[in-house]
Amino acid sequence: MAILEVENVHTYYGHIHALKGLSLTVEQGEIVTLIGANGAGKTTTLNTISGLLRPREGRIRLRGEDLTTIPPHEIVARGVVQVPEGRRVFARLTVQENLEMGAYVQKDSRRVREGIERVFTLFPRLKERRQQLAGTLSGGEQQMLAMGRALMAQPKVLLLDEPSMGLAPVLVDSIFATIKRLNDDGATILLVEQNARMALQIAHRGYVLQTGEVVLSDTGENLRQNEMVRKAYLGIQ
Amino acid sequence: MNELRRLPVWHSVRIGLIGGVIMLYICLVGMVEVFGRSDIIERVISLGQVLLLLTGLGAGYLAARRAGEPTNALTVLISGVVAGGLTGGLLTGLVVIGSVVNLRAVFINASPALYNALTLGAGPNGAWIPLVGGAALGLVAALFCLLPRRVRQSIVNGLVGVLLAGLFSGLLRVILAARPGWSAELGRFLFASEGLTLAGALLFFILAGGLALLWSQSQATVRERITRLPEAQRKTLRWAMLGLAVILILIFPQISGAFIAQVIVLVGIFALMGLGLNITLGMAGLFDLGFVAFFAISAYTVGLLTSTGEHGIAQWSWWAAAPVGVLLAMIAGAFFGLPVLGIRGDYLAIATLGFGEIVRLLVGSDFLRPWLGGSFGILAIPKPWIGNLELAGPQQIYYLAVFGAVLVAFVAVRLRDSRLGRAWMAIREDEDVAEALGINLVQTKLLAYMLGGAFAGLGGAIFAALVGSIFPHSMNLLVSVNVVALLIVGGMGSIPGVIVGAFALIGLPELFREFDEYRYLLYGIALIAMMLAKPEGLWPSAAIRRELHTDETDETETNPGSSSTVPAS
Ligand SMILES: Nc1ncnc2c1ncn2[C@@H]1O[C@H](COP(=O)(O)OP(=O)(O)OP(=O)(O)O)[C@@H](O)[C@H]1O
Ligand SMILES: [Mg+2]
Repeated sequence: MAILEVENVHTYYGHIHALKGLSLTVEQGEIVTLIGANGAGKTTTLNTISGLLRPREGRIRLRGEDLTTIPPHEIVARGVVQVPEGRRVFARLTVQENLEMGAYVQKDSRRVREGIERVFTLFPRLKERRQQLAGTLSGGEQQMLAMGRALMAQPKVLLLDEPSMGLAPVLVDSIFATIKRLNDDGATILLVEQNARMALQIAHRGYVLQTGEVVLSDTGENLRQNEMVRKAYLGIQ
Repeated sequence: MNELRRLPVWHSVRIGLIGGVIMLYICLVGMVEVFGRSDIIERVISLGQVLLLLTGLGAGYLAARRAGEPTNALTVLISGVVAGGLTGGLLTGLVVIGSVVNLRAVFINASPALYNALTLGAGPNGAWIPLVGGAALGLVAALFCLLPRRVRQSIVNGLVGVLLAGLFSGLLRVILAARPGWSAELGRFLFASEGLTLAGALLFFILAGGLALLWSQSQATVRERITRLPEAQRKTLRWAMLGLAVILILIFPQISGAFIAQVIVLVGIFALMGLGLNITLGMAGLFDLGFVAFFAISAYTVGLLTSTGEHGIAQWSWWAAAPVGVLLAMIAGAFFGLPVLGIRGDYLAIATLGFGEIVRLLVGSDFLRPWLGGSFGILAIPKPWIGNLELAGPQQIYYLAVFGAVLVAFVAVRLRDSRLGRAWMAIREDEDVAEALGINLVQTKLLAYMLGGAFAGLGGAIFAALVGSIFPHSMNLLVSVNVVALLIVGGMGSIPGVIVGAFALIGLPELFREFDEYRYLLYGIALIAMMLAKPEGLWPSAAIRRELHTDETDETETNPGSSSTVPAS
């Protein structure tokens, strides 16, 4: 059984119909990517899964348990954790405090300390800067911090919203390498990306979204070969 | 224009013009006259004159400082004279224009009396006097600038000492007269019927200036000697200081007399409200302009439950009624928090504004008059008793207020460092992320409103005990505004800042009651000046302080209690 199932979900903003019967599944240990143009509904999908938005119709299940009626903070406690779009770190708190904040659902202080150490081995740059204010970190470091903060909640499924947005090519590479590494360590990841090339390289499977609907889904490898994807998202004629 | 800006006198001209405008303002709103009535040194100088002198000196000083280092003494002097002269020059302009055109139609204070005051009695013929006087002040300020730092400091301290002693001469006299060993002769020697005598002023100048000089010379050695003490002794020293502070706080109302004790109680009550709003606004970032509502609900509850007058319903003791008042204020917090949960930012301020007004209108309404007394309020609220000791006046209620404030400050510190405190902070910093991190927004926000309300409620309960009667008009918007302002002045989110802010915004104005008509004007000026000069507040919270000194992050981090950059209250 898939760890995360999204089934025929319809989400609205007022009467804007943003998700029109979207379905997808994520299996344990997979990286699944969601690609699509601006405004396709990628962020909306993640927000609907994490409970920040409520679908008007459809079901979202985590290991079979229905999430659509559960408040967002309990969804986090059940292990679905989202890294929001645009590196939203707590700018006026230090790196360390940001991480501690990420462990909000974790009450055991020993586990929190272990979690912080784990994040620091994953992102050594953050360790050097643990007392620095998050707002003064570089863009790449902020993205690392945002991911590290989400990891503090010990997610079963990690929802990443455009982690490479606005980063220099070298940093993009290193962020994707980290995502891959997290996955190798056993994390299940739903990755939203505009950078389809990179996303499809590390993803096991992918979905292509257009105006709130899945128009294509296949393995990462097949999608990379797909004529339509190559034209529209990889920029290859 | 750009050519002009490169000239060295440009700064002096700019500062001079600003100074002049301030002078004009002081004159035209009538401060010269009103403040002229209160003498600092009897028959020598009045507060109004001090204001004008300070403006001239200030302009000269700033301009001279600007001309400072790289240039020579002559430039410094010229800058001072130019700025001071311009400052005074605008007043000359005022006198000249005023003697030709009648300005009174617009500026009611532009009277011949004002012109006489500005020209030292010479009238329109003496129009040159402010100009020359200003230039002279600028020169004095520039000369002052050239003095060594230590001398400058002692002169400033001496003058501040005289100014304070003069301003509060009435109070000082009363307080000192109650001391044993104080003779009436000594009193007459130092104090005139209004302000200080010349001899008194001189004495205060030497005292304040000399003490400052002594301290600045010995400060370093004292510090060093303390740090050289063994750890154990330093600890005892710290405890001794703490003990001394506690004793001072305990005997304070006996020294200070009833008036100051009353001021302190008011400061305490506002500090309680400030600590409450510091939770909702300072920690959780939820704006609340209707904070007076919680204060009012608790004050009225205590009033109704204890009053022996016609509206009293239970005639409980204060101790039984106060917890009920606090509890109701807390419930009101939740009640009021619920509908505004989904509202953010600016809209929240408006919504909460409405809540405060609703409560005020309700308690003052004719409809509820049979129960709440309408605009006649609730009278005959008895004082609290401790055993068979009645907390009869401000000198006794003082202990209640101080104890309440200390208790609540302690709770506030514990809350800040708790899991709940972190959740509040997360919501303040970024509500969406906070939610994505698993923070229950509804519960956390409601708790912020409830605890904030409870703290304000304690303030209301003590207020009822202090004044013995409560009226709807004490529950106006100004109270809420005051509480927000004291948070801003003290430093948003900072617990010591609340206390400092309460002293600065509630305590100080109370001491200047005689200038009541200018109270809010000065208050506004102080707030604007504050926003320009020290937007982070007098005692900013650790997070804000770090943000401002990111280069010193490591130092403040290893020593979070360090208060080296912080002024004492
Ligand atoms: N708060 C909102 N109110 C109204 N419409 C919204 C809101 N948020 C998103 N939309 C609309 O819903 C659609 C999907 O938006 P969404 O943010 O999910 O796109 P996206 O795929 O994440 O785009 P991007 O790559 O630019 O982040 C868009 O048409 C957008 O205009
Ligand atoms: Mg998006």
